Amino acid sequence: MNWQSALDPHSANARHLADLFWFFTALCAAIWLLVVAALLRAIRHPGLAGEQDPPERQLRKSRIVGALTALTVLILVVFTAASFYTTRSFAWPDMNTLRIKVTGQQWWWQVEYRNHDASQVLTTANEIHIPVGRPVTLELHATDVIHSFWVPDLMGKQDLIPGRTNYLTLQADHAGVYRGQCAEFCGLEHARMAIWVFAQEPSAFEAWRRHALMPNTMPDGGAAAKGAYIFVHRQCASCHAINGSDAAGQTGPDLTHFGARATIAAGTLHNTAANLDRWLADPQAVKPGANMPKVDLSAPDRAALVAFLEGLK
Amino acid sequence: MSAPLLDTDLAPAEVSARLEAVWSEPKTLWGWFATVDHKKIGRRYVVTALIFLLLGGLAALVMRAQLGTPDNHLVGPDVYNQLFTMHGSTMMFLFAVPVMETLGVYLVPLMIGTRTVAFPRLNAFSYWVYLFGGAMLWIAFFVNSGPDAGWFSYVPLAGPQYGIGKRSDIWAQMITYTELSGLAVAVNTIVTVFKMRCPGMSIDRIPLFVWAQLVTAFMIVFAMPAVMVSSTMLICDRLVGTHFFNWAEGGDVLLWQHLFWFFGHPEVYFIFLPATGIVSAIIVPFARRKMFGYSVLVLALFATGFLAFGLWVHHMFVTGLPRLGESFFTASSMAVAVPSGMQIFCWIATLWDGRLRFATPLLFVFGFIFNFVAGGLTGVMVASVPIDTQVHDTYFVVAHFHYVLVGGAVFPLLGGIYYWFPKFYGRMLDERMGKWNFWLAMVGFNLAFFPMHILGLMGMPRRIYTYPAEMGWGGMNLASTIGAFLFAASFALLAVNIVRALRRAPGAPANPWDAGSLEWAPASPPPPHNFTFTPVVASREPLWDTPELPVTTGLHADRRETVITSLVEAEPQMCESSPPPSIWPFVAALVISVTLLGSIFTPWALVWGLVPVGITLIGWFWPKGAKEEES
Repeated sequence: MNWQSALDPHSANARHLADLFWFFTALCAAIWLLVVAALLRAIRHPGLAGEQDPPERQLRKSRIVGALTALTVLILVVFTAASFYTTRSFAWPDMNTLRIKVTGQQWWWQVEYRNHDASQVLTTANEIHIPVGRPVTLELHATDVIHSFWVPDLMGKQDLIPGRTNYLTLQADHAGVYRGQCAEFCGLEHARMAIWVFAQEPSAFEAWRRHALMPNTMPDGGAAAKGAYIFVHRQCASCHAINGSDAAGQTGPDLTHFGARATIAAGTLHNTAANLDRWLADPQAVKPGANMPKVDLSAPDRAALVAFLEGLK
Repeated sequence: MSAPLLDTDLAPAEVSARLEAVWSEPKTLWGWFATVDHKKIGRRYVVTALIFLLLGGLAALVMRAQLGTPDNHLVGPDVYNQLFTMHGSTMMFLFAVPVMETLGVYLVPLMIGTRTVAFPRLNAFSYWVYLFGGAMLWIAFFVNSGPDAGWFSYVPLAGPQYGIGKRSDIWAQMITYTELSGLAVAVNTIVTVFKMRCPGMSIDRIPLFVWAQLVTAFMIVFAMPAVMVSSTMLICDRLVGTHFFNWAEGGDVLLWQHLFWFFGHPEVYFIFLPATGIVSAIIVPFARRKMFGYSVLVLALFATGFLAFGLWVHHMFVTGLPRLGESFFTASSMAVAVPSGMQIFCWIATLWDGRLRFATPLLFVFGFIFNFVAGGLTGVMVASVPIDTQVHDTYFVVAHFHYVLVGGAVFPLLGGIYYWFPKFYGRMLDERMGKWNFWLAMVGFNLAFFPMHILGLMGMPRRIYTYPAEMGWGGMNLASTIGAFLFAASFALLAVNIVRALRRAPGAPANPWDAGSLEWAPASPPPPHNFTFTPVVASREPLWDTPELPVTTGLHADRRETVITSLVEAEPQMCESSPPPSIWPFVAALVISVTLLGSIFTPWALVWGLVPVGITLIGWFWPKGAKEEES
């Protein structure tokens, strides 16, 4: 797994950004060193007599300060031009590529693969799968407060603003898993709003997509079947949907194929049976402020629910 | 009516004694509340701002303790969000802007050779409003109603739907208090500098510190209305159901950001420009050299003042604004580096040939250049739209603006404290402790904030209350936390130094640093009337060029009076009286504060509040038969 870092680019766009960053850094570091060197010279020099420079020295200093100012302007022009051309190198959002609608919510991400064919529309949460080597257009929305989508290995960030739509183009060079997280302060659990991008070879991506579109098959016996019953008949289904069951709640993350996801609660916990049990036992202890309430379930009921959810591969 | 008593009728010692009697204020509780002495108010203002610095700093230490280790549970998200909101709001609104503005309240009249500020009662009023606003914010925090939507209070998070309780209302009204007092000080500074400079102080002889205060005051007058409007719109959305920022009803979420940053970016320069004034004031006496490039430095202040209004959008580079517009703001944000660069060049050019005296104030100026230039250069980096898309809202930006604000303003302020403390309190601060203070601050500050650059690039966003251990941010966060505590220790050392100095008997000479500007002419601390005779100056460093200052005479010795001069040449025009102490500014501030506090709970408070406010204003302006009302 690649941990999020702006200096570990895994796409052409992120590489352009990192190159520009290093160019700025090198030049700025050189300037800083020169200023400090000049300061040290001034500190070490014993100084001249008198309160004021003689006119010819004043003139020389004026020329040097003038030249340095001109040099400052020149460097800033170079910086501005470099920034402008880097921005221009990014593709404009292309509506004919794979389009994914990402909706930021307190404190998770809804992900919807757009398609003209309604049967091909796919909804998931907190994970985005993309094919390698192809631009993917993200359509960024928010329904509550402002969030910001940021997966630094692949691209700079872009805000998700209620009432507006922003676009961001992602393209990964090679297969891998890239972490990102919300970058705009969005309330209590801003710290626990991570997202994963799974870049896959086109064939693997297509396989994933076909599988993800399929409804989950409901277990027909054992603890998992009891868990499915609990899910639909207790509070769970009022917020969560699972394609293939009667659960169709819309306010929480869609849990279809939940068992195949890497984490629970937008990156708060790794997705293991033990962690899921911990989460279901008291969500507020794990992610205080999260909109998921504590539901009173006996330990065996919880175990059944865990068996059901982890079985949704 | 008795015949007027002029200072020309009396011996100098007699004039001094009489003026002291006229300008001094009763040492009673009433006198404490009624004072209009710019030195007492300025001192009070600075001390209050330093108390807010302490509170804001403690909030920062709790945050650093929380972030020192991954998955820490020292505080939860609710407290953490309040802490960083309180830290930012306090440092910006209650510490940095007021302390810089009101260092001028104390120093400007002394530096320009006059006895008081233009509107002494307005000055007193502004202090009380500021005190009440700041106190309200912190009392709210201690009763668990501290604002928690960040010092920038973005909507919808701070709006009626997502901002719970009264937290954001308290934040919005705190803004009203501090802006009210900030505007009052700005108006005072402008008129004082324009009309009360001593004869001979033409505009090419105004001390650079005073120029910086003047430019800042103008910026405040133009920028603060934007945030007053936006915070009022916010409180209207929350309290009376307007929809300025409600996108579902045709309002606009981004409108808030435009209004806030149209104020918020210039605000950085409210803090930085006066700090450059401190730097200029310190460099001249400690390099024993007149400033190289005085006019360039003045023009740089003006250029910064203008450009500062054209770069607010660089706070909004990732909100999806049109690309060409963003490029304009990249260019304008970079352009503001030019005047800053020119200032640095001129300061170094002055130090270049100076015979430096390595006392604590100058050390802090070196620290300023070392840290501020780094912050300025990372500022050039974040001005670039593409780079900003990676570092915006990360710890890189946290590092950047702390280098600019702490390096660029707090270091000069600390230098200024060591420099002017003898003038304020008549006692010298200890040099040995001062040097320890400096080195501890340098090491602590850089250890606390340099790693944050790297953390931001490694993907650590701002305003997160915790992070998982597997992110690999733990080590650098721990280093940063250790640095923060060292930095705090340097302030503890300053406090010890100050307390020890105050316990000694006063004995600082009038001009301990052998400086050339006018504030060093009167005794330390200055008498209530500042100058027995208004000085006349003929150069930028009058105490160097004419140690026996020529003076103006012909003022009344039996009432508060000052000389009014012309705008450009500072030629004497008239004598103007100045009001004696009054309790009314305090009462008016109290009544207005209660009204504003009430408006957090009901809009009707503003209506009913008009009655007591009207009564106090009538009381304020009612003639009281003082001698000053004659002329």
